[in-house]
Amino acid sequence: MLGTPALTVPTAVVDATAAGGAASYAWLMVALPLLGAAVLLLTGRRSDRWGHWLGVLASGGAFVVGLLVVLQMVGLDPADRVMGLHLFTWLPVGELTVDAGMRLDPLSMSFVMLVTFVGTLIHVYSVAYMEHDVDRRRFFAYLNLFVAAMLILVLADSYVLLFVGWEGVGLASYLLIGFWNYRTDYAVAAKKAFVMNRVGDVGLLLAMMAMFAAFGAVDFDAVFAGAAGASQGLLTAIGLLLLLAACGKSAQFPLQAWLGDAMAGPTPVSALIHAATMVTAGVYLVVRSAPVFDGAPTAQLVVVIVGAITLVFGAVVGMAKDDIKKVLAASTMSQIGYMMLAAGLGPVGYAFAILHLITHGFFKAGMFLGAGSVMHAMDDQVDMRRFGGLGRHMKVTWLTFGAGWLAIIGFPGLSGFWSKDLIIEAAFVGEGWRPWVFGTVALLAAGLTAFYMSRLFFMTFHGKERWAPTSEGKKQHPHEAPALMTVPMVILAIGSVGLGFALTAGDTFVTWLEPAIGHAEHHEPVLPIPAIMGATIALMALGVFLAWRQYAASTVPVEAPRGSVLTRAARRDLYQDAVNEGVFMRPGQYLTRGLVYADSAVVDGAVMGLARGTSGTGGWIRRLQTGYIRSYAAIMLVGVVVALAVVLASRG
Amino acid sequence: MSLVNYLVLSGILFSIGAVAVLLRRNSIIALMGVELMLNAANLMLITFARWHGNLHGEVFAFFVMLVAAAEVVIGLAIVVSIFRTRRSASIDDVNLLKN
Amino acid sequence: MMLPMSLAETGTVSAGEEVFFWVVAPLAVLAALGLLFARKAVYAAMCVVFVMISLAGFYIVQEALFLGVAQIVVYTGAIMMLFLFVLMLVGVDASDSVVETLKGQRWIGALAGAGLIALVAAVAMRASMPAPRGLAEANADTNPVGVARLLFSDYVLVVEVAGVLLVTAAVGAVVLTRAERLRPKPTQKDVADAKMAAFAAEGARIRGLPAPGVYARHNAADVPALGADGRPIDESVPRVLRIRGQQRSIASVSPELAAQLAASTSSHAGDGGARSVTQSGQPGMPGTEPAPGTVTVDGERPTSQSTEDTGTKRAEQEEQQ
Repeated sequence: MLGTPALTVPTAVVDATAAGGAASYAWLMVALPLLGAAVLLLTGRRSDRWGHWLGVLASGGAFVVGLLVVLQMVGLDPADRVMGLHLFTWLPVGELTVDAGMRLDPLSMSFVMLVTFVGTLIHVYSVAYMEHDVDRRRFFAYLNLFVAAMLILVLADSYVLLFVGWEGVGLASYLLIGFWNYRTDYAVAAKKAFVMNRVGDVGLLLAMMAMFAAFGAVDFDAVFAGAAGASQGLLTAIGLLLLLAACGKSAQFPLQAWLGDAMAGPTPVSALIHAATMVTAGVYLVVRSAPVFDGAPTAQLVVVIVGAITLVFGAVVGMAKDDIKKVLAASTMSQIGYMMLAAGLGPVGYAFAILHLITHGFFKAGMFLGAGSVMHAMDDQVDMRRFGGLGRHMKVTWLTFGAGWLAIIGFPGLSGFWSKDLIIEAAFVGEGWRPWVFGTVALLAAGLTAFYMSRLFFMTFHGKERWAPTSEGKKQHPHEAPALMTVPMVILAIGSVGLGFALTAGDTFVTWLEPAIGHAEHHEPVLPIPAIMGATIALMALGVFLAWRQYAASTVPVEAPRGSVLTRAARRDLYQDAVNEGVFMRPGQYLTRGLVYADSAVVDGAVMGLARGTSGTGGWIRRLQTGYIRSYAAIMLVGVVVALAVVLASRG
Repeated sequence: MSLVNYLVLSGILFSIGAVAVLLRRNSIIALMGVELMLNAANLMLITFARWHGNLHGEVFAFFVMLVAAAEVVIGLAIVVSIFRTRRSASIDDVNLLKN
Repeated sequence: MMLPMSLAETGTVSAGEEVFFWVVAPLAVLAALGLLFARKAVYAAMCVVFVMISLAGFYIVQEALFLGVAQIVVYTGAIMMLFLFVLMLVGVDASDSVVETLKGQRWIGALAGAGLIALVAAVAMRASMPAPRGLAEANADTNPVGVARLLFSDYVLVVEVAGVLLVTAAVGAVVLTRAERLRPKPTQKDVADAKMAAFAAEGARIRGLPAPGVYARHNAADVPALGADGRPIDESVPRVLRIRGQQRSIASVSPELAAQLAASTSSHAGDGGARSVTQSGQPGMPGTEPAPGTVTVDGERPTSQSTEDTGTKRAEQEEQQ
């Protein structure tokens, strides 16, 4: 990405040392939620009354263990911070021996903290949100399952174990999106998410196969050691396959169509899985595979392009949607585009991608929880055109949501400002056309982000009240959410506000991550930093102003106006479903139908034809057995004549 | 003319006997056709005995005659026995092996 | 008997032999075709007999004296006669219809036959063989001695086996022609019951046929016998003659009997013509005393032995005279 290869070679990733102390109990982080899920699923209805608290405890326990490991890690010398914990010998298969083990280093522990902290908060939130649902216990079982799988994913020390976690979160996502599977469209959305994830999983499988073929092993140490000496073509291939997997999991272009439909799940699910954690697993994969990508500049360029495209795609779609959750989903897609863009920039961008990932986790989860609170107050309605003026009635929600909003638009001082600006600056680093193109895209997208997030905020909480009656026909009485819901929102809001500054002050986060992803040289962007920062703030202000003018100051029409061509296209997700259907689904269906037809016609036809031919020949031969001696005699005579003729002819 | 004429005559008689077996439905006439074939073969054997100048062909023909006699005896006994039960001497009626 | 040795002394074919061949061979072929095309089985058998005899002629012409005679004795005399016997037993009425039941059989037969002839002729004419040597030296001690020498030196084992074969054939023939009972042997009661049942069903005859000559007017085999009721019995003519259509009617032998039959059948329909049949008139036989009311001529002695009444009558008549 940055031109000459010399710039892309990072300082070596630190080798893992054996884990000791608290780290040797790191397996509890996975075991506790897994055990919780097992208990909740196996005890069934008997645990309905206390199951949710068990779920909360399991998640909280994982957080506590993770915190202990982090504390231990902080006390260690940076060179010792990469630890490996061997669990058991898993797959001794001839030449390939895969051991199950954990890799405890700053990168994985950052993820662990994010997942368990935000996860536990959302567990608490769900206790109140799902209070009226009969299947609440099953919900917590699935949430615990998800936490366990996500932790396996980030803590794995080999691609195979990572894949286990990868599939696990896919499964949990399917189960949770389709939680209310008595609604067919929810079940279909779950299936769609799973299938599109599957497409990405093929990429990961093929990458693992390539790794095994080239390096003889699939654990991180062996692969990274082998990547140093591998050819660029091989690394490019592996990199592109890993990117395919990341696109599936993180809803990047071209596998982004499932994220909007995934909002069919309960809001805590959207908050935890589809905002904060699962969708970031793709970014984790790319960053973790840094040695592979560093040796394949073409793959890195593709990663950046994919990130940039998704960034703009998500922003455009988010500007036209009226469903609050779908806007937030589009925003998630767009922000992960930012992270991908940063991750594709090479060593300079890895740390910023992870930083943005963590801050995004906080403010996006907070905003989703706020949206859940709004839906809870407005009888589960999601159409923003029927909201309006809710800020007056739901103060806490308004404040916490506002904190998240300011963070995401990059208001100076809040966490989003720090992480997003660093990405935009890194995008402007490089030579040739690249910094200009990518930097400008990132900059413009910041403005778009500001616009549509402000649109959401103003349509929901400000302006006149455009409330629709409830499903029973009564008037809406929006009230604040109960404490179990507001407290997590508040905590997340605090994180949205302060986490960014806390992590970037003095480059703490970047140095913290160095043992895991290597040290990156600092390069100057092509535009001076103050110029970039100024442009960013200016665009942000412009976006907010435009949104305020249209949605807060003037009346928001209750019926969606026709809008321009782009608006209508954006309302239909830029025709992503039509494209997927036309390019993949229909040809796939035709291929399947053709294969079925070929199977029945050709294969079955050949077999049946053989059978029928044999029986037909038999039936035809059967007619020779007339039972008449004279016809047998005739055959004999004819045979004799023919034999004689042949003998005569052959002797000339 | 040479001895080949006898051979050709023998061939003609043989073919006629074979066709008679094919085309006549009466079983006794079919057996007569078989006899004709055997006789044609005998003629050829004797012609070749003369050709080669030894009597081996004649001895062979003698044995053919002998075997033909035994065969006729048995064949006619069978025809009579079938006729007793089925009241018909037509070959076509003996078709239980049909299909 | 002096055989024309000049016919086949060496391997060359003499003029006489050639003439013999060209006369007899076409006839033999025609006779063989007769086997193929003759409708009546006996004609076919006689055609085959002719072929065999002509073949015997060929054998003799070719210096195979022993075999020529054996051909006539064994083949023509024994085997073909056996054929004729069986034909008489079995095959006379087996009508060989002209219609061919198997499809295409005629075509196959014709083609295969013609093909075989062509092939054999082709092989025979194209084969290159050394000059024929003739049987002059093989027949030095006459043909039967030569054959015997070979038979009992080189082929003695075959002769033994052939003997076994003949014995087996004879035994086999006996075994095959034993009539096996398909149904249990009918007892006398069964026969009687069957006859009564047949009479009840169709009015078939109950009693046996009369012995030959009882009511006979003639003794030809092809004329039907007369039954007790005076009617001709058709079954008394041998079946073969009936099938051949060679039976004659009563009228051709005895016209007055035929007229009587015709008259009796027309006038006395119900009583079976019992009263109209001509009586034999022997003493003691029924129908000899005059019918009641008729006057007998004096000179004629009454024919029947008297019962009491007739004797009384005769005595009265004698007293009157």
